[in-house]
Amino acid sequence: MKKKAGVNQISNRANCIINIFFLIYAILCIAPLLLSLGVSLTDEKEVILHGFNFIPRKFSLDAYRFLFQDASHVLRAYGVSIFVTVVGTLFSVMLTALYAYPISRKDFPAAKFFTFFIFFTMLFNGGLVASFYINTQLFHFKNRLYSLLLPLMMNPFNVLIVRTFYKQSVPKSIIESSKIDGASELRIFIQMVLPLSKPAIATIALFDTLCYWNDWFSSLLYISDVKLYSLQYTMYTALMNIKYLLKFGETSSDALNSLGTVPTQTVRFTMVLIAIGPIILAYPYFQKHFVKGLTIGALKG
Amino acid sequence: MNIPKKTEVTIMKTLKKHFRYYPLYLMILPGFLLILCMRYLPMGGIIIAFKNINYADGIIRSPWCGFANFQFLFKTKDVLIATRNTLLYNLAFIVLGMVVSIAFAIALCEIRNRFAAKVYQSIFFFPYFLSMVVVAYMVFAFLGMENGLLNKSIFSFLNIEKIRFYAEPKHWPFILVFVNLWKNVGYSTVIYLAAILGIAPELYEAAIIDGASKWQQIIYITLPSIKPIIIILAIMAIGRIFYADFGLFYNVPMNSGALFSTTQVIDTYVYRAMTKLGDLGMAAAAALYQSFVGFVLVITANWIIRKIDSDNALF
Repeated sequence: MKKKAGVNQISNRANCIINIFFLIYAILCIAPLLLSLGVSLTDEKEVILHGFNFIPRKFSLDAYRFLFQDASHVLRAYGVSIFVTVVGTLFSVMLTALYAYPISRKDFPAAKFFTFFIFFTMLFNGGLVASFYINTQLFHFKNRLYSLLLPLMMNPFNVLIVRTFYKQSVPKSIIESSKIDGASELRIFIQMVLPLSKPAIATIALFDTLCYWNDWFSSLLYISDVKLYSLQYTMYTALMNIKYLLKFGETSSDALNSLGTVPTQTVRFTMVLIAIGPIILAYPYFQKHFVKGLTIGALKG
Repeated sequence: MNIPKKTEVTIMKTLKKHFRYYPLYLMILPGFLLILCMRYLPMGGIIIAFKNINYADGIIRSPWCGFANFQFLFKTKDVLIATRNTLLYNLAFIVLGMVVSIAFAIALCEIRNRFAAKVYQSIFFFPYFLSMVVVAYMVFAFLGMENGLLNKSIFSFLNIEKIRFYAEPKHWPFILVFVNLWKNVGYSTVIYLAAILGIAPELYEAAIIDGASKWQQIIYITLPSIKPIIIILAIMAIGRIFYADFGLFYNVPMNSGALFSTTQVIDTYVYRAMTKLGDLGMAAAAALYQSFVGFVLVITANWIIRKIDSDNALF
């Protein structure tokens, strides 16, 4: 069944070429994920003999068994990551929404000052060394959970996005009429402004979630206690330092007894899958809102 | 003290005006304190760059040394290599990223099957969600020496000699540019797509009546219409040209010393100077050099936007 191209459609041939190209690129986008899945399901000896492959030559669940036999490491890292992500996102969104509201109000006399106050941090910063020194000396950041939370809280760019959104989609008249009706500022904010700006709040919440979940740099700087390793940092350590995985095995002697050796290669890729598991599950939801949020930002220009 | 009555009245008025807004001040307070502590206080640490730091005396009592740290810094070849790498990589990222994602966005709009376009877009977006640690694992799965898919399966199948990716610096410009594109193209495609969808359809209708071909429509309508957003994104990227994605340059080449000539950027240089060399003064000097030049670049970039299109200036 051959359809003729419409008045302003690209030719059949062009359509076909673009589709083939996109198909190949789409495969390229998910191939690494499939490769990781393949490796994690392969027997360790096969990996050493034949390398990483998409399809396991010899199927084995040893890597998963190893990780879950003494799951305390993984579970703890998961716990740290989930805690940091949830708490971090909650506070981050709350502080951002609260900060953005006053600076969006034209009648607020200090709006200009506070806008510049946050904007300046986008232009200039103390740099890594100064931040590290002050954070460790003044705020005692070494091996604290809050050292994973605080540095990423309140991204100035997010504050400006939300401020712009308030300005554009919360009509001034609503605020004024509520005031005349005797509503307090806080009440106006919670009952009028927040519900109207749900899309912007949802977008920055997603940005924050992604940012906290994928963060490993704060751990690299401030965390040396294994108990506080986040999932990403555990993976970072396991990639940079294969001995870490072996140590990981020492504590779980049961796993070692049943497997003989630590399946270092396959376990690494099992960890990859475990770490991106939640993201893949939330992916459709994430993607939908990200696209919407980005569109809001882009149309603003 | 003898304050003139008039001034007193104005001061009272101003205070009253501000006091009326005290709930707004209370709302802004927590965020204000956080920014103050996390972003402004560290700026004080900049003085480390001008001090001869020793741990016994601490930061305040260590002796000043003027610009000695900077002199020492720029005498080493490393910082020049890092600067060169940072600039060239960012240039490649900006140019290629822009060309590829605009092409993708236009092509996605033209595909006949709407459903397929949606599916492609979702899949292209996927790498954006991965952390650099995960990306590093994935690159390793392909390029690893002993077990990597390329070396072990494909090259041996094709009878090509193995390539020691993690030991030979010459491959890394290509790998890093590719990985960066792969990770971020989906994201910027969506931004351009939104801009294209925002173009008034009447423009195209008029062009069709005039008999414009698809190419002509793209060149005379689509590209000029999305020019503002292209300029904004380009200038914002140019303003950040002195900064690099630490995760990309540190994790993906697995922090390998053999690769520094092509993978070292200012961000990784500062981190390594701080942690490995232990020379706090020099590392701080490098970090300040980066912040300061970055600051100048942002201001310049914004000045240029204002010249071109004052509506789109950042400030």
